[in-house]
Amino acid sequence: MPIQFVEYRMTHPLTPTPPHAAAATRAPDLTLQMVSDPVYLSGAREMVSAVSRRLGFSEEACGQIALAVDEALCNVIRHGYDKRRDGPIWLSVWPEYGDNGQSGVKGIRIVVEDEARQVDPSQIKSRNLDEIRPGGLGVHIIREVMDEVTFEKRDRVGMRLTLVKHKKKDGGCCSAGGA
Amino acid sequence: MADEGIRVQSEMKDGAVIVAPEGDVDLSRSPVLRTSLKQALTAKPARLVIDLGLVDYMDSSGVATLVEALQIARKGGTKMVLCGMKDRVRSIFEIARLDTVFTIAASREAAMAV
Repeated sequence: MPIQFVEYRMTHPLTPTPPHAAAATRAPDLTLQMVSDPVYLSGAREMVSAVSRRLGFSEEACGQIALAVDEALCNVIRHGYDKRRDGPIWLSVWPEYGDNGQSGVKGIRIVVEDEARQVDPSQIKSRNLDEIRPGGLGVHIIREVMDEVTFEKRDRVGMRLTLVKHKKKDGGCCSAGGA
Repeated sequence: MADEGIRVQSEMKDGAVIVAPEGDVDLSRSPVLRTSLKQALTAKPARLVIDLGLVDYMDSSGVATLVEALQIARKGGTKMVLCGMKDRVRSIFEIARLDTVFTIAASREAAMAV
């Protein structure tokens, strides 16, 4: 029954995999499905950092990508789900190729999706950093360390955040055999 | 779900309170650090040294915890100094442009002398 299905999707902590970023032309190489419990932040960070390292990002860039994902997840948990610990979050990863894939991996695309409260993307802004006060730094950090940052409302419920980081021309390659 | 938490060691030395968290300071763990810092600041010590030498990772919730502690310290007349930061931790202070707001020393000894 359609109504029961909608109710299930709204209340079950881990609903079926949602439709992923419209911008992506193929399924993600990797998807992590988690609940909005901060205890899983470290696992998400380590996964993203390890994948970034294998894609050839420098150690510094791997740390920045993991930080951006951490901040994105924190925002979903704190503001989207109001600290509820059972909301679903999907973290999907695609390598970015240049020249139709002929010249190797050029970057990484990460999409964070949720079923949390929707917000007008134009209202998601960095705060004035001259104001010294706790909190409100997450969006600034995300925009500072990633090359492309796009907030969108998902079709029916929740938000989608697309993060892209390009590799530097000097390669910034990580140590061989990392993670 | 339960978290193993973060270890926060506190000690008194030469009139200063030294607080040394250990591990990742993120959204799940910064409340523990917040409680430790509030306790340390209750007695309004002359100096509060926060040794971050054993912190491998910090996100904006950890930074917010330290900003809050700094504000309480300033109100209470306590000099608050951060020390021992690893590059990865220091970079978030730089990204948030807070590296010039905090007093940052290289080592615990230097933090006692600032």
